[in-house]
Amino acid sequence: MRALEVDQLDVDLGGRPVLRDIHLHLDRGELVGLLGPNGAGKTTLLRAILALTRTRGGTVTVEGKPSRPGRSDIGYVPQRHEFTWDFPISVEQAVMTGRTGRLGLLRRPSVADWRAVGDALDRVQLTGLRRRPVGELSGGQRQRVLVARALALAPRILLLDEPFTGLDMPTQELLGQLFTSLAREDRAVLMTTHDLVAAVDTCTRLVLLNGRIIADGHPADLQDAERWTKTFGVSETSPLLKLVRAT
Amino acid sequence: MSITDFLTDLLNPDLAFLPKALAIAVMSSIVCGVVGCYVVLRGMAFIGDAVAHAVFPGIAVAFVLQGSLVLGGAAAGVATALLIAIFAQNRRVKEDSVIGVFLVGAFALGIVIISQAPGYAGSLQQFLFGSITGIPDRDLYVVGGAGLVILGLVLALHKEFVSVCLDREMSRSMGLPVFWLDIVLYVLVTLAVVISLQTIGNILVLALLITPAAAARLLTDRLGVMMLLAPVIGGASATVGLYLSWSYDTPVGGTIVLVATAIFLAAWLLAPRHGLLTKRWRRTSAQEPADLTRPAPLPDLAHPQDPSPVVR
Repeated sequence: MRALEVDQLDVDLGGRPVLRDIHLHLDRGELVGLLGPNGAGKTTLLRAILALTRTRGGTVTVEGKPSRPGRSDIGYVPQRHEFTWDFPISVEQAVMTGRTGRLGLLRRPSVADWRAVGDALDRVQLTGLRRRPVGELSGGQRQRVLVARALALAPRILLLDEPFTGLDMPTQELLGQLFTSLAREDRAVLMTTHDLVAAVDTCTRLVLLNGRIIADGHPADLQDAERWTKTFGVSETSPLLKLVRAT
Repeated sequence: MSITDFLTDLLNPDLAFLPKALAIAVMSSIVCGVVGCYVVLRGMAFIGDAVAHAVFPGIAVAFVLQGSLVLGGAAAGVATALLIAIFAQNRRVKEDSVIGVFLVGAFALGIVIISQAPGYAGSLQQFLFGSITGIPDRDLYVVGGAGLVILGLVLALHKEFVSVCLDREMSRSMGLPVFWLDIVLYVLVTLAVVISLQTIGNILVLALLITPAAAARLLTDRLGVMMLLAPVIGGASATVGLYLSWSYDTPVGGTIVLVATAIFLAAWLLAPRHGLLTKRWRRTSAQEPADLTRPAPLPDLAHPQDPSPVVR
């Protein structure tokens, strides 16, 4: 059984077609990079997988069942700017909010919940900072808080939206290593990114998206210039293509 | 007037309205302090303002029909809060514009309605600026009961509210009913505003919601502490404000708000970690001028189990 299966997905936003005929599958152990220009529908695809946006047609199946918010075994890491970083809350409390949906109404976190939070913090190596207010963290640490919050539910599938954006190279590299090892621990990881170098370097598979899937394969098999020009709408002489050939 | 005289007046049966006013002012400022924490942290002060104005037509109708001002105001405020939440779903007009439209619309409706009542000028002033006289006993129970319900709901839904405040998108993905949690929060803000109207008045009621919570935010980086400090600051402002108002014969709402504002300014200057003067003093007393608000160097992924303890 596939961890995630997207079949013939069509999504409209505000009456305009955003995604058409999307086929995508993910197995455990894979780290898949979803690449495309602004407006390609990357975030929309993630939201459709999470069943947060209305679809026009097609199906999203998670571990054999239709995707449902709060029910499917998916950890979501939204873009960093979605989070209110000036909120007076410590790192460990922020990670605990990842379990709010699971806890249900009127229930307080139990020892088991705190243990799950501790494991998630260990996993992203933030244990030493667990009592620090989130507002005092660096960009890379913030990204790790969001990953830990998703991991607090120990999900089998992890969706990451632009985890590298706005971070420097060393931080990107460290996060890339983290995502690789998370995938190796029998998780299916899908991340959107603009960052070609980081994606080619870390991902086991790349998916090029621009309204529809333009290519899907191992980074080494995607040397063909035409797919990249088609995805990103750039000319043959674009620096992007030089990058692709160089990697 | 000395404190002793004030206490004597509080116990004087001829001045029975005074302890009632104090009870209502303290209860409502405690409730506003707690609810105000969400308002301040979510940056929804404008919604608080809108709701405060929106209760006005309800109060006007209740006044004309001789009904309960608290219930009338609550009905109008809740209706407006719902309208704002629904209209804000439309992405073409931003939420602040929707709020602006309903804020003035509701207030205008209130003015038109109350102008139909004979001798409205005096009552209008009472609604707008608050008063400590003429509080029916029934309101004491309504305010107390409503306050308990509001605090109970805050306690019950706290972790959901925090989750939505922090990250709406993630909350949706966890299956939380974000829209309904917004509505409940709007309604709680409305009820907190309504029970505070009597003493503070319609125009200044926003201060009870915002000022104590904002002062508390300056004093701490911990949410739990903030939600305890804000009602304490609110309750103290109400008590001291009422005392000063009674002593110097100043308007009660305005005096309470001025006391709260003074506490906010004091917090801004003297807060233990982030206060303006505190920082300066610490800088001059330290050997080298170090900016203590900057985070210390932190452990990194490359050196995973860095044991440096974080003291706070």
